[in-house]
Amino acid sequence: MAFTLNEEQQLLSDSAKDFFTKNMPISQLRELRDDNVESGYTESHWKQMVDLGWAGIIIPEAYGGLDFSYLGLGVVLEEAGRTLAASPLFSTCVLGGSALSLAGNEQQKEEFLPQIVSGELLLAMALEESANHCPENTRTLASKTASGYKISGEKCFVLDANIADKFVVVTRTSAEPGSDTGVTLFLVDAQSPGISIVKRQMVDSRNACNMTFSDVEVPASAVLGEVDKGLKILHEILNIGQICIASEMLGSMQEAFERTVEYIKTRIQFDVPLGSFQVLQHRSAQMYVEIEICKSVVMSALSCLDEGKTSAEIARHASLAKAKVAETFNLVSNEAIQMYGGIGMTDEEEIGFFLKRARVTEHTLGDIRYHENRFSNLLGF
Amino acid sequence: MNKNDAFKQEVREWLSKNCPPSLCEKGASRGAGLSTRYLKGDSRLWLERMGEKGWTAPMWPKEYGGGGLSFAENLIFRKEIKRINAPQALSGMGLSMIGPTLLELGTEEQKQRHIPKIVTGEVNWCQGYSEPNAGSDLANVQTKAEDKGDHYLINGSKIWTSGAMNADWMFCLVRTDNSVQKQKGISFVLFPMTDPGVTRKPIKLISGNSLFCQVFFDNVIAEKRDLVGKVNDGWTVGKRLLQFERSSIGSSRIGIGSAVKSGLVDLAKKYRANEAGEIEDPLLRAQIVRHEMNSLAFMDTTQRIAEEAKAGKGLGFATSVMKYYASEMTKKKSELMVSILGPNGLGREGDEFSKEELAISERWLSDKAFTIAGGSSEVQLNIIAKRILQLPEAQGNK
Repeated sequence: MAFTLNEEQQLLSDSAKDFFTKNMPISQLRELRDDNVESGYTESHWKQMVDLGWAGIIIPEAYGGLDFSYLGLGVVLEEAGRTLAASPLFSTCVLGGSALSLAGNEQQKEEFLPQIVSGELLLAMALEESANHCPENTRTLASKTASGYKISGEKCFVLDANIADKFVVVTRTSAEPGSDTGVTLFLVDAQSPGISIVKRQMVDSRNACNMTFSDVEVPASAVLGEVDKGLKILHEILNIGQICIASEMLGSMQEAFERTVEYIKTRIQFDVPLGSFQVLQHRSAQMYVEIEICKSVVMSALSCLDEGKTSAEIARHASLAKAKVAETFNLVSNEAIQMYGGIGMTDEEEIGFFLKRARVTEHTLGDIRYHENRFSNLLGF
Repeated sequence: MNKNDAFKQEVREWLSKNCPPSLCEKGASRGAGLSTRYLKGDSRLWLERMGEKGWTAPMWPKEYGGGGLSFAENLIFRKEIKRINAPQALSGMGLSMIGPTLLELGTEEQKQRHIPKIVTGEVNWCQGYSEPNAGSDLANVQTKAEDKGDHYLINGSKIWTSGAMNADWMFCLVRTDNSVQKQKGISFVLFPMTDPGVTRKPIKLISGNSLFCQVFFDNVIAEKRDLVGKVNDGWTVGKRLLQFERSSIGSSRIGIGSAVKSGLVDLAKKYRANEAGEIEDPLLRAQIVRHEMNSLAFMDTTQRIAEEAKAGKGLGFATSVMKYYASEMTKKKSELMVSILGPNGLGREGDEFSKEELAISERWLSDKAFTIAGGSSEVQLNIIAKRILQLPEAQGNK
C-alpha cells in the first residue's frame, strides 16, 4: 500500500494548494453566503478547476479523463478542504462520475463521462431519505410503465441538487425497504416534469436540498446498472464518496488545527502566550497525534481504491477513514473554538466555518455511528 | 528465478533444516529468549542457530555478526518466519536499544566487542536510566562517575531497571559534571553487572511480579573504552537510545495484532454473549469497535511512518507519537478486557480462576507501566508540543 506521495502526486498537491489559497480562500465562501448566491459556487472558479483537469482525475482515459489515481484526487480534495472551497467537484466528479463509471453502460459512459471532464455536465446524487443514512431502507419508488419507469418519493440532504443537470436517483423497484435487493439507480434529467427542489440553508453555507419526485417519467434507458441489483454497486460508489469526503475533511481539520496552534502562540494572557500553558500544549499534542493517525487511514483507504482491492476491504477502509476523520474533525473544531475563546465565537473570525463544516461532513454519507456499526459488521461481530 | 525468489528459497530451506518443529506448533510458548543462558532444549538450539546465522538481527551489518539483509530481503525473511509460525528467537534491550545505538554512535572497537554478543544472545543488557529522583525528570540523574584515569568509578543507584536480575551488562547514564546545566554534565557508559560493587534488589509490583530492580553501585568500575560518545555528551546518546526504545514500545513490544486477532471479540462472545452467541450489549460492541478501529489505524500509521522514513521524509519525533498512541491504546485494551470478564478478570491467584483469567488481570496491572516507562505519556506530549508544534516553553517547565 502506498503511504507516501510520488513525485507527480506531490506536484499536484502543491499546485492545488497554490490554486485554492490564491483563488478560493474562505473569504470567497463568506461572499457566496453573504450575497445569497443561489448556486452556492463560483462558475469561473469551477471552470479554472476543469481547465486544470481536476474534473477528470479519476475518469478513465478512454472517456477523456486523466485516470490519475485516487491518491491524486485525494490531495486536491485535501487542499480544497483547507480553504473550505465550494465547488461541484465532490457531487459531480466523485459521486456522479463514480456512478457512471461503475454502473453505466458503454453508451452512457461514452455520452456523459467526457461531459464531466469538460465541465459541461453537473451531477448530484439523490440518496438520503431521512436523518438515518441507510441505502437499504430506500423507499422512493420506481414503478414500471409502458415506456419505462415512473419515480415517486422524497429525498433529502441532496448535495448540489440545485445546480445539477442530472441526478443519480436511488430508488426501490421491488422488495421491502430494508431488503438488500430491489434497489435500482437511475440517471434522471433535472428538467423532467414532476421534480421539485428546495434548497436548505445549511450552517456550512454549501448546497443541500430537499427533493420531491411526483410521478417523474423516465425511459428504460435511464437505468444505471441492473434493475433491482443496484445496492452492491451503490455501496461501491458510496465507499469512494466516503473516502473522498474524508480526504477533504482531513485538509479542513489540519487547517483548523494549524490556525489554532498559531493563535495560541501569539495570543498573550497573564503576560505570556496562551500556548505556554501546559494544559493547552497537551491538548494540542493529543490533537496532533489524532491527525497523524487520520492521515494514515485516509492514505491507506485511497491506495486501496488505486490498487483495486476487494469491495469488502475497501468498505472496511472507508468506514475506518470516515469514522476516525469525523471524530477527529469534531474534536479539532471544538477545541479550536475553545482555544480561540470569545473571538472564536464571532462570525468575523473564520475558525467557526470549520466547526460548521465539520458537522455537515460528518453527516455526509454516514455518520460516525453508522460507520462504527458497519465496520463491526464487516469484521463479523 | 529472480533475486528475491532465490532468497525466499534459501530462507525456506534453511528454516526447514534449522527451526525445531516443536516451537512452531500451535500453542507452543511464544516468548523470545533474552539470552542463551536462560534457554534449554529446542529454544536454545533455535537461538544458537539463528544467532550464528546473524538472523536474530537480520538487518545489522555482517561484519558485526548481523544478517546483513536488505529491506526487501528482511520483508521476505519475516514473511517466511511467519509462514511457519516460528517464534522470535531473541528479544531484549541489546537488540532493541543499545545495539542500534552503538551501531550509530559507538566506536569501531565498541561495535566489535559488543554487537556480536548481542546477536548471538550471549550477553543480556539492562538499562540504567531512572533514579529515585530522576523519573520523568530524567536529566536529573545523580549517580556519580569519577574520572580515575583509565576508568570511571561509579556510585549511586538506579531504579525501575527492567530485567536487571538476569542482565550481564548495563548501559547507564551517569553524572560526570555537577557544575553545569543538568543535561550537559551527563555521560553514557557501559559496564558488566558482575562487578562486585553491583547489588540488585527486586521491587514487588502491583501485579505481584518483580520485573524491576533497584540497583545499587558501590565503587563500580566502567572502563574508559566503554564511554559511548564524548564525556558530558551522554544526554545526546541517551536521547537517541530513547527513540529506539520508544519505537520498540510503539511497535513490537505491544501486542497490537490485527483487528480480528485482538481477542476482544472472542472474549466478549465467551463472557457476554446472548443465547445466539452474539455480543448482546450494544455499548460493549461499540467499545470493541473503537478499539479495533484504533488498532488498525495505528498499524496503518506504523507503515506510513516506516515508508516516510525510507523515503527520507520522516519526522524525527514520530517515535513520540507512536509511543504515546500505542501505550495509551494498550492500556485501554486491557481495561476493556477486565471489564468484559467482570469479577472473573479480577483474580489474584488460585485454581478458581482460569489461566487466561489470571493472565488478563495480571496484564491489566502490568500494562499500566506502558504509559509511565520510556518517557511517560505526559513527557511524550511535552516533546510533541515543544519539538513538533514549537509551542513556547511551558510555564513551570523551565
